[in-house]
This record gives sequence, C-alpha cells and structure tokens, in this order.
Amino acid sequence: MSNDPTHQFLVNKIVPIEIGGIDFSFTNASLFMVATVAAGIGFLYFTTGQRGLVPSRMQSVSEMSYEFIASMLREGAGSHGMKFFPFVFSLFMFVLTANMLGMVPYFFTVTSQIIVTFALAMLVIGTVVVYGFYKHGFGFLKLFVPSGVPGMLLPLVVTIEVISFLSRPISLSIRLFANMLAGHITLKVFAGFVTSLSALGAVGVAGAILPLFMTVALTGLEFLVSFLQAYVFAVLTCMYLNDAVHPGGH
Amino acid sequence: MSVTLASAESTPFEIAQAETPATTHETPADTHAAQPAGEVHTETGVAHGEEAGSGVFPPFDQSTFASQLLWLAITFGLFYLLMSKVVIPRIGGILETRHDRIAQDLDEASRLKAEADAAIASYEQELASARTKGNAIASTARDEAKARADAERAKIEASLQDKIAGAETRIAEIKAKALADVGTIAEETTAAVVEQLIGAKVTKAEVASAVKSAAGK
Repeated sequence: MSNDPTHQFLVNKIVPIEIGGIDFSFTNASLFMVATVAAGIGFLYFTTGQRGLVPSRMQSVSEMSYEFIASMLREGAGSHGMKFFPFVFSLFMFVLTANMLGMVPYFFTVTSQIIVTFALAMLVIGTVVVYGFYKHGFGFLKLFVPSGVPGMLLPLVVTIEVISFLSRPISLSIRLFANMLAGHITLKVFAGFVTSLSALGAVGVAGAILPLFMTVALTGLEFLVSFLQAYVFAVLTCMYLNDAVHPGGH
Repeated sequence: MSVTLASAESTPFEIAQAETPATTHETPADTHAAQPAGEVHTETGVAHGEEAGSGVFPPFDQSTFASQLLWLAITFGLFYLLMSKVVIPRIGGILETRHDRIAQDLDEASRLKAEADAAIASYEQELASARTKGNAIASTARDEAKARADAERAKIEASLQDKIAGAETRIAEIKAKALADVGTIAEETTAAVVEQLIGAKVTKAEVASAVKSAAGK
C-alpha cells in the first residue's frame, strides 16, 4: 500500500463499461455506493424485522434515526414539508452510511468525491427550485425579496439573496466533501508517520507513539465528523426545503 | 514440502491468469479512448505515480465524473425507492402501531376506571337502599308489634271490663236480695222480741206495719 495520503481517493475500474465514448465503468466508487445502499437499507430493514411493540436495541436505533429526521424536518419545514420525508431520510442515511463505511480501513469513501457531494447538493437545490415553482409559480421568487426592506436597499438585498441562494449547492457540497477528504488525509498522514518512523529503529518506534495516539484520537473525531456532516447535510436540506414550502415567510 | 512448493508455484500462475482477462478488457478501452489513465487504474502502484505526476488530485479527476454520476444516480435512486416503498412504511407502521396501542391501552384503562367508578357508585346506592329498606322493615315490624300489643291489651281490657260489669251486677243482685230479706228478718225478729217481752202473740200484719213505720222514719 502506498504511503501517499491521496491514494485512497483513487477511482479504480472494476468492470469497464463505455457507452458512446463516455466512461461509465463500474469502479470501486460504484462498488461502495452499492455497499452503502446494501448496508443502509439492510440495517434498517433487518433491525425492524421483528416489528416489536417493545423495540429491541437495534430496532430502536432505526426508529430513533427515523424520528430524529422526522422531527428535524417538521421543525425545519413544518408539517407541509413532511412530504419530503423519504427524500431527506434517504439523503441522511445515504450520507451517514457512506461516511461510516469510509471509516473502515481500505474502504473507499464515496462522499470524499466532490462530484458525488455536488450531485447530492444539486439534487437538493433542484428539488427546492422545481417544487418551489411548481407550488407557488412566480411567488417562489418572493424568496429573494425579504419583507420589510426599504425600497432604496431592495436591489442590493435582492442581489445578496440571489448570490447566497446560488452559493448554496456549492457550500453544501464542499462542506461534506472537504470534511471527509481532510479527515481521511489527516488520518492517513498521521498513520503514515507511525509506519515511517517505526522503520527508523528504536528511537523511531519511541517517536511513533505520539502519532499513534493522534491516529487513535483522530479516528474517534472522524466518526463524530462523519455523523455530524450527515446531520448538517440533512439540517440544511430541511432549511432549503422550507424555502420551497414557505417562500414568503421566514 | 512438495505440496507447499506446488501451491507456491500455482499462486503466481493464478495471478497471471487473473491478470490476463483484465488486460484484454483494458485493451479496447485504451484503443477507443487512448487515455493513459485507463491503464493507470489497473496497476495501482504505477497508476499512483503517474496520477501524481499528471498533477490531478483524484477527487478532481474529471474522467471519473460520468461514471460516478451514473452509479450515484442508480444507487441513490434505488436507495430512495427502497426507502420510500419498504423501509419508511415499515418503521412508520411500527411507530403508528405503537402509538395506537398506547392510545388504546389508555382508553381501556379509562374505560375500566369508569367501570370501577360505576360499580362503586352502584354499590353505594345498593347499600343506601338496603339501609332504607332495613329501616322500613324495622319500623313496620315495630308498628305491627305495637298495633298487635295494643289490640291485645284492648281485648283484655274489654274482657276485664265485662267481668267487672258482671261482678257488679251480681253484687247489686245480692245486695238487693239481701235488702229484700232485711224486712222479713226484722219482722221475725220483732215478733220474737215482742213475744219474749210481752208474752203475747202479735199478728204478722201488726208487726209488718210497725216495722214499716219504723223503716219509714
């Protein structure tokens, strides 16, 4: 295994597929997307198999994640936003499962690819825009005109609102991508110190203790970040969906 | 030893076999796209060096974008479908069943409580009515007993009255008879007294008129 910290983000072809000159190969990234689906759905499906009135430990984990997202969406976008519950719950579970799978050594982290996080962010913003126009027509544009702003400032405020809206998919995708990428690189760098220092003999082994502790501590931190980023992604999705459901009122 | 040797020999052979189809697969891709990146992916060691050499940071390697987008669409679409069709109805159903069950249990509990309250109320009513009935029975019994005692007493008193009246009549009769006898006794006594005193017989008529006149005074 190479010691290069970016090596873990390489996309390798497993089954090469090419349609119309475009490369659609089944890669290790695709494999871990499939694994994410299997793990996410499998966990939720099999832990709730008993349908226990009194939930088992694992069943209550599934129920808690369900109720966690349901209450988040209800608080964020109101009861009208609950029609997006399958979407938000899928996003949260997909990102969370992908992040958690990425924490397993030698596993590929799906969410460390900017194109994946950007696609998910565009899916969110696309849903907001399409639903907003579908539901409110041009009334959706009231989103960019906050009420109670003096006429003089209106052009400026509207410009700022439009820019902030356009930057949402970028910030949403970069946040998740950068957190996962940076965390994995940091882990790899510190773990690399351990191996390269311990190759230097007794002094090196003694010196490798500190990066080893750092690696252990960072692994814990990374698990926290994995959950937190999935949570942040879901919370922001709820907030953006609120704009689609209630464009006028803030 | 020979066994281990054989297995040691077979291993590289298998690897070679495994590698062969991979390279043949790779060949058309190379000829079509003529991308050095195509070769790069199969042999990780070299790949990495060339990748770093070309200066493309793996997450920004645009040649992988199309494939990632396609597979993300497929996998996330499948994920969403399974979520909305299977998992969410299932968990939602479990939670709903639990809510219903709790509500049902609470209803049942309040119904049982109402029943218990009703039972207590009816018990107390029964008790009160029984007490009233008991009092009524006691008072009727007392009244009847009193009435019977009164009737008995009246009857006895009446019969006593009768006996008293009978006795009084008999006394009056006896008295009258005695009084009637008094004249005769007085006449006989007078005749005897006169005979003794004067030694002469007096007639019954004389004696009777004398007694009568003495009694009349």
